[in-house]
Amino acid sequence: MISLTPAEIEALLLSLRISGVAVACALPFAIIVATALALGRFPGRFILDAIVHLPLILPPVVMGYLLLIALGTRAPLGAWLYETFDLRFVFSWTGAALASAIVSFPFQVRAIRLSLENVNPGLYQAAETLGAGPIDRFFSLTLPLALPGIIAGAITAFAASLGEFGAIITFVSNIPGETRTLPLAIYTAIQTPGGELAAARLAALSIGLAFAGLLLSELALRRIRKRAAS
Amino acid sequence: MSIGVNVERSLKTFRLSAEFNIPEPGITALFGPSGSGKTTLVNMIAGLVRPDRGHIQINDHVLFEHSRGINLPVRKRRVGCVFQDNRLFPHKSVRDNLFYGARRNPHKLPQDEQQAILEMLDIWDLMDRRPNLLSGGEKQRVALGRALLSNPDVLLLDEPLSALDHARKQEILPYLEWLRDHRKIPILYVTHAIDEVARLADHMVIIDQGKTLATGSVFEMLGRTDLAPLAGRFDAGTVLAARIVSRDPKAEVSFLECGGQRLVVPYLGRPKSDRVRLHIRARDVMIARTPPHDISANNIIPVTVTKISDEPGDTIDVTMCFGQDADATLLAETSGRPKIHARITKWSGSRLKLQPHQKVFAVIKSVTVNGQLRDR
Repeated sequence: MISLTPAEIEALLLSLRISGVAVACALPFAIIVATALALGRFPGRFILDAIVHLPLILPPVVMGYLLLIALGTRAPLGAWLYETFDLRFVFSWTGAALASAIVSFPFQVRAIRLSLENVNPGLYQAAETLGAGPIDRFFSLTLPLALPGIIAGAITAFAASLGEFGAIITFVSNIPGETRTLPLAIYTAIQTPGGELAAARLAALSIGLAFAGLLLSELALRRIRKRAAS
Repeated sequence: MSIGVNVERSLKTFRLSAEFNIPEPGITALFGPSGSGKTTLVNMIAGLVRPDRGHIQINDHVLFEHSRGINLPVRKRRVGCVFQDNRLFPHKSVRDNLFYGARRNPHKLPQDEQQAILEMLDIWDLMDRRPNLLSGGEKQRVALGRALLSNPDVLLLDEPLSALDHARKQEILPYLEWLRDHRKIPILYVTHAIDEVARLADHMVIIDQGKTLATGSVFEMLGRTDLAPLAGRFDAGTVLAARIVSRDPKAEVSFLECGGQRLVVPYLGRPKSDRVRLHIRARDVMIARTPPHDISANNIIPVTVTKISDEPGDTIDVTMCFGQDADATLLAETSGRPKIHARITKWSGSRLKLQPHQKVFAVIKSVTVNGQLRDR
């Protein structure tokens, strides 16, 4: 069994933390946006759709660059956040989480939206005739019916953000223990003479994580389908 | 209990312009061919579709009034809906489906009435199941229960049986009859199946191309042969109220009394003095000038011709009232003495030299008792 060095364990835990925070913080927004896109009829829906999907096609480095410009401590928004909330994104793990959240956001929205679009709209009408208002319908129908999509989307987004490289390194740099996640650690190892074995170990770890994520997502979906059928 | 509807709306292919008033409780059938605007009409009452103008009122509760800018939101209308496609919530158990509306309604049904509904629908064993494990008939029973338990002012049933096969339909119909006879709630029942109308409805609103063609009691409307061409679905006939007077299980017959006449039908398995409803289609009635003997038909009723009307094609419609006394025709108009319709060929009509006030015999080939065909 290959044992991991403390630095590698640090990178692994950091990756898990950053991805976890990214997915958890993005989830409520993803649910709202997905509900708006799936059920709402409003002007500008098309534009919202495009903005949400932008990170899928934009090079991650560009994403990181844009974040740097917007949230750097010398940028107006970044300076304001720092002064009023003591919230600093650049060169910090929170910035890495923000970058991961944005880049993996479309995965969450797509999965949730798909499961919402599969719901018979007649169910909402039925609920309305039974006295349920809009907020009531959201919590009693929309949310539980979207649960498979929410879980699948969260797991996919988590896996995708574990692999995020370009946006993180551009926005928050490569600081050990603060922003050096697994992909950044692999990159560093490759750049270091004699680091091939370390790179291989970390790569194997990444592959293992990816498989675990897929497996988990599949199990979760099966459980939900089973529950729905019982 | 009354329902008043007078609405207009432009639809894709025609203009919906419907007006009807139902002054009493009971089941009112909204009858018409597919695509005639029936579903749009109930959706307007439910508030799911907005009329261009007009008004909708249930008792003294105004749901929509264009001129006063009133348009109550769906959830404040107190309508109970059962849709063609049950629309049960797939992620909730039968119990949670049933009480979804009741939990949200401040005017709850008293406990004992809730119990009576659940008892009647016989769904105790299904309570913990999810809807996808129910049969089509069970799903509609749950949907019916869900609507009833929300304690609505009116029940809107939009072709609740059309997705079910014949056997499942027969399974649901008794529940609807129970509703009609035991609960005071008015029911609007959308259908294009005349046998369902004949069996269930008290009133009838006939709709075609978005217009209300006629409104009235089912007994009167089903006999109106001028409405017969309606998409070929309108199978004119007679609906009669009858009472079981005696029965003979050995001979496998039940005797009914209807308008002073005795009718015999195969054994019904129902107690004496139970009320039943008969549907006799006009094409199942023959006319004889003298009482025929040695004939397989069990029911031969002395009648008097009241009206003969031409039909498109080679048939005529003969309206006859029960009895052959001198003032039979008059009594049929004034005292509601039952009438019966026969559809015969023009050739038979002229051969028998039929004319109004003539005393003849109606030979009934088959009677449908509460939806079940008898005496073929």
